[in-house]
Order: sequence, then C-alpha cells, then structure tokens
Amino acid sequence: MSQHTLSVLVENKPGVLARVAGLFARRGFNIQSLAVGETEHVEISRITVVVDVEDLPLEQVTKQLNKLVEVLKVVELDAASAVQRQVMLIKVRADAATRSQVLELVQLFRAKVVDVATESVTIEATGPGEKLTALLGVLEPYGVRELVQSGIVAIGRGPRSITDRALRGA
Amino acid sequence: MSETQAAPTPARLAEQARAKAPIEVTGAQSLVLSLESMDVDTVFGIPGGAILPAYDPLLDSVKVRHILVRHEQGAGHAAEGYASATGRVGVCMATSGPGATNLVTALADAHMDSVPIVAITGQVASASIGTDAFQEADIRGITMPITKHNYLVTDAAQIPRVIAEAFHIAATGRPGPVLVDISKDALQAKTTFAWPPRIDLPGYHPVTRPHTKQIREASRLIAASERPVLYVGGGVIRADACEELRQFVELTRIPVVTTLMARGALPDSHELHLGMPGMHGSVAAVTALQKADLLITLGARFDDRVTGQLSTFAPEAKVIHADIDPAEISKNRKADVPIVGSCKDVLVDLIQSVDADIDAGRGGDYARWRERTLGWKRDFPLGYTSTEGGTLAPQYVIERLSAIVGPEAVYVAGVGQHQMWAAQFVQYERPRAWLNSGGLGTMGYAVPAAMGAQVGEPERTVWAIDGDGCFQMTNQELATCVINNIPIKVAVINNSSLGMVRQWQSLFYNERYSNTDLHTSHEGTRIPDFVKLADAYGCAGLRCERPEDVDDTIRQAMAINDRPVVVDFVVHRDAMVWPMVQAGVSNDAIQVAKDTAPQWDREEEVGS
Repeated sequence: MSQHTLSVLVENKPGVLARVAGLFARRGFNIQSLAVGETEHVEISRITVVVDVEDLPLEQVTKQLNKLVEVLKVVELDAASAVQRQVMLIKVRADAATRSQVLELVQLFRAKVVDVATESVTIEATGPGEKLTALLGVLEPYGVRELVQSGIVAIGRGPRSITDRALRGA
Repeated sequence: MSETQAAPTPARLAEQARAKAPIEVTGAQSLVLSLESMDVDTVFGIPGGAILPAYDPLLDSVKVRHILVRHEQGAGHAAEGYASATGRVGVCMATSGPGATNLVTALADAHMDSVPIVAITGQVASASIGTDAFQEADIRGITMPITKHNYLVTDAAQIPRVIAEAFHIAATGRPGPVLVDISKDALQAKTTFAWPPRIDLPGYHPVTRPHTKQIREASRLIAASERPVLYVGGGVIRADACEELRQFVELTRIPVVTTLMARGALPDSHELHLGMPGMHGSVAAVTALQKADLLITLGARFDDRVTGQLSTFAPEAKVIHADIDPAEISKNRKADVPIVGSCKDVLVDLIQSVDADIDAGRGGDYARWRERTLGWKRDFPLGYTSTEGGTLAPQYVIERLSAIVGPEAVYVAGVGQHQMWAAQFVQYERPRAWLNSGGLGTMGYAVPAAMGAQVGEPERTVWAIDGDGCFQMTNQELATCVINNIPIKVAVINNSSLGMVRQWQSLFYNERYSNTDLHTSHEGTRIPDFVKLADAYGCAGLRCERPEDVDDTIRQAMAINDRPVVVDFVVHRDAMVWPMVQAGVSNDAIQVAKDTAPQWDREEEVGS
C-alpha cells in the first residue's frame, strides 16, 4: 500500500462532498485525511484527500471520481512536486515544573502556544505530516490530553494553477 | 464542447424553432412543459401527496401520456423496457418516501445495465426536509450510488434546466438513470418557463471519438494476431453500432461472441457468430475466448459471469478494450490497447484503419483459427435432453416460441433459468429484440419491462418470457396492461420452483431443496392458478402441459391482440441450464451436462 494525495476540484454545491466520500466508501477505499474548502473561484471547491491504495485501484478510484458529474478535475499531487500542510492542536500536560521544557520543544519545532492554563498548554503546529508526527513523539512523555488535526491540504509547486486549467477545460 | 458551437446542426435549428418565450406558470406546469419540450410521450407512474401538484397539469397535457401503474417498481422497469426497446429515454414518476423508495430496484437495475431513464419524484416541502416529515425519505442520498446523477430541486426556477440536464446526462456518454427530486413547494410556486434552458454541466464531457493513435495500435494487434475474437457487449447496442459491427465482421472475418446484454447485436444466423460467452455460454464461445490470442472487446466489461475465475480467463490473449466509460477499461482485466469512445465511432475508425492494412497487404489471416472455432460450433451445438413421460421441456417451449413468433418480436425475460434458456434458444436477428436484467439480476423485471417495450413499440409483438417466481413479483402490472390496452403476451415457464436456485441446490447442495418450492404447478397444487389469475385481471389465460400442444397454444396466443395473454407452460421441474461453468472456477472447466466435459477430438487436445 502507498499513500496518495488527490486534489479534487468540484462544483461548490450541496451534496458533492457526500458523493465523493460515498464513492470512496462504496469502492472499499479508506480515506486517511480529508480537507474541503472554497478556492479562489467561489463556484469551485477543492477537496484534498489522502488514501492508502495500490496504483491500480487508485487509477480506478480516479476514474470513478471523474465520472461524477460535479467533479471538474482530479489531480494526483506527488510529494516531491507539491507542498503539503496540516494543522494540529495539541493540549499537553504542563505544570510549573515541566512548562519550560515543553515551551522549548515548541520553539524547536517552530510551533506556537495558543492557550495556557495552570496544568496544560495548547500548542498549534503546522507542517507536513512527518514534522507533526515528530513533534507529537517528543510531547508524548509529558502527557497529551487532547489532540485534534485538520485534513492535509496540498498545492503543486511552481506558477501553474490547476483551478485555472479546470475552468478552461469547462 | 467546442464542436457543438460550430455550424448549426439540424437538431439545433429544430430546437430553436421550438423555443418558447417566457410565460408565467407554476413549478408543476413548468415540469410538464419541460417534459413536453423534451418530446416525452409517455410517463409511467403513481401519484401521491408530494407529487400531487405535478399530476394536475399532467391531466391537461395532450403530448404526454401518463400510464398509471400498480407499483412504482413497475413504473421504473416499464421506463427501462421503453428505453431499451426504442433507444429513447424512459420516464417514470413517483411521490416522496415509499413511492420513491419503490423505484430504487429499477434505478439500480438501469444503472447496472446502462439504461437511459429519468425518474421524477415528489419531495416534502423544503421547509420540512430533514424533520422526518410524513412520507419523507432522502431519496437523493439513497440513490446516489445507483444513479448516474441525481438532483434535489427546491427552487421552481431551476426545473427546466434540471429536466434538460437530466435527459442529456441519461442519454449521452454511458447511458444511465437520473433522478430528479422536486419539493412540493417548488411545484406549487409561481415561476416563469422558457425553453430551451441553459445547460450548465462544467464537469460532464463524455468522450465519444476514439484516439487515432489507439485505433492504429489496435489495428496493428489485429493484423498481428492469429486467434482473434470479437467480444461484444451491450455497449454496441446502446451505441446503435450493430451495422458497423456487421461491416467489421464482414471485413475481417473474425469470429464473434455476444454477451447476455448484446444478444442480437450480430444476427445469431451469422456464420461467424459463436454464441454467448460466460457461465451458461456455448462451448464454442467460451472456448474461443479461452484459446484466443486477442480479444477485441467492444462495450463489454469483463463481468464475473463472463470471465469465470478472472486469473484464468483468456490466458493467452492480448486485450483491446473499447468503451465509452474510461472506468470500465482495465477495471477487471488489464487492457493492452485501451480505447475510450463510443462503439459506433470506434468501429467506424477501426473499419477504416483495418481496411487500409488489408489494402496494403498487411491484413491478418485467421482462416485456420476460424475453422477451429466453427468446428467447435458444429461439434457442440446448444442442446437439451428431452424429458420423460410426456412432460414438457422448457427449452422446447422457448425454441418453438422463437420459431413461431419470429425475430421481429421483442422478447423480455425475468431472471433465472428461463432467462438463460431465452438467451440461448430464441434466435435473435436484430438489436433491441432482447431485453433482460443482466447486471443486477432483478427477478420481476419481465412483465413491467415488456409493458414499457410494448408502449414504445406498439406495432411489434412483445413476449415476456417469465418464470413462475419472477411472475409473482410484478404481475400486478397486468392490470395496467389491460386498462391501458397494452397487449403484451406472457409465457410463464412454470416449473413450480425458484428454478435456478433449485439447480444449484441439485448440483452443489446435495439435492437439499431449501425453500425453492413455489407450489405453482407440481403435485396438484396451483397456488396461484395462473390461468385464473389472468382471467381475474381480464387477460386471456391459456395453459399448456404437453409437447404436442405447444405450437397450437402459441398460435392461439398470437391470435389474441385485444388484451394481454398469459400462457402457463407447465414444464419439467428437473431441467437444468447447460452448458455451465461453476461460479469461481476457470472457464476451461465448462461442462455440457452434469459432470460431463465436452469431448474434444484428439487433434484438438494436442493442438491446444
């Protein structure tokens, strides 16, 4: 199994996400990460979906996605030529004795503290998946009380825009 | 899309001529006007609370005939039968909640077999959506996986555009069902109607023209091959490409198999037609695919009922796979030459390309292979053992039906043994003469689909060949047929059993017949008595129990044209469908009878 990141440009209409998510479930593909939002064109939304599949079933899921009437374009973004980012909010146990050590780690990872209480700090971290996993690894010994993460968003490097091309294709 | 904006086509001019200036109407009137503008002549349906507003203006329409069915599933299959027989989009209508959910089986069926239908359902008022209102069901959510596309309309102004888009999507590309769910308040609201609306489908661009490079590559493989077979599926019929197929066969002299969905795509009488492949295919068709070195696949999808165990299917063959749906290509079997396009355009281009090869002296020579395949066809014809004690063989009934009724009729089957016999023993000479539920395997398809076919093709004789199990699932539509003067004929192949399940119980479950006895003819019980049932509906009811009465009974049925006819053919119960490849095993293990492999001659065994 290998990880693939798909950018799916869709019409910004109610029910489209259900169609896309339903297709993955129906064809037996497990979604690892999902992020949805409007693009620079209000009529187009962009779904970034990360799946664990072999190449052949990936081709099938891409083709099936393309068959959905409201899907405008499906692009696979490979890690080398795309920027991937994810946001994580981590509530870590930290009291007077351990707070400074935790804050040092936050600095090292260029993360931010967004909330402080007597027994905890809440950290906001952004980055590619590996960086966040590493941060989480070093925070774990202090006690992670709560964790929430966004889906991965990804964009191709260089000046080209897949949204422009999708609009022209239409 | 740019092509369509070029010179005005006759169709576009006609459309403009029919353009209608905006008028003030209700959403319901807008719906009926939209259907009229799409040239819909028939709608099958049942009214109810949420769709009620639409039924009022429908009463005034002189263009749209509404046929009141007895169950919404019947409306759905009737729309399918209409579409499959005529090639035009079939239309069905139902109310919200249970009305809509009753359409689900027919929609799933149309989705699997690529049948262009549009289903219109009422929905509760938009303010009530999501409140578990009376007769509320999220039919858009329910049908997402079984429609090509679907809509929920809550704004009356959108009705003309959505209807136009629904018909466009249903009929173009790979055809399929489209559902339009309209809330009651949208049907009641005031709006303006103008035609034609602007279609806005930025993500929908079916590719119909094949890529030249792929066509050349395919021609190269065809020329280089020694044992090619044309593996023809239902896509050829949906694309109206049967004439092009015939030309291609004449040009190349390559043997042909037609799948269950493609029966009639090439006349059965054609000498190079080897029959149907698959689980109950002919020995010649199954063996030709297994021994081939090239499959020229047109509008077929390597279904498990055709391939058997996929890893051992056509093991020596390269694959050319042409389909209008890119997702079908390399889904089950990897294609060496994928071609995305409509079968018609693909065949036109292939004919040109292969013809050029032949002219240049680069054509393939398949004479030896042709002889081998025709040898199998000669040595292993379809057959059946006659029954003992004067009982009726089901295959004989269907054979005689075909002989007497002829190729111009429409034959519509349910699902099971009778379906396979109808696929095997009716001689199909033209496309759209054979309608059945192939992909979904929907028991109960026959009667309502025959009804739809008869409405679409009033001049043709339409025979439903049904089983006693299937018939009991949807025979309420006989009432619809009688009242609306739709004189279908039904041959019930009555073996008093769920016959195909019983066959599997005979072969694989030690003759333990768990829950397959239907008591419709054997051991003195007739529950129900189909002749009395026919009579109760106002149909003609006939019964035939002896071989010597078959011809007369069929002729009698053919002579009745003022009402539907139901013939109860009481047949031998232990007849089985042969040949057969057991589920999940290699097609090499085809059996022509129980535990009996085909007897190959010595040379063939060595040669293969």
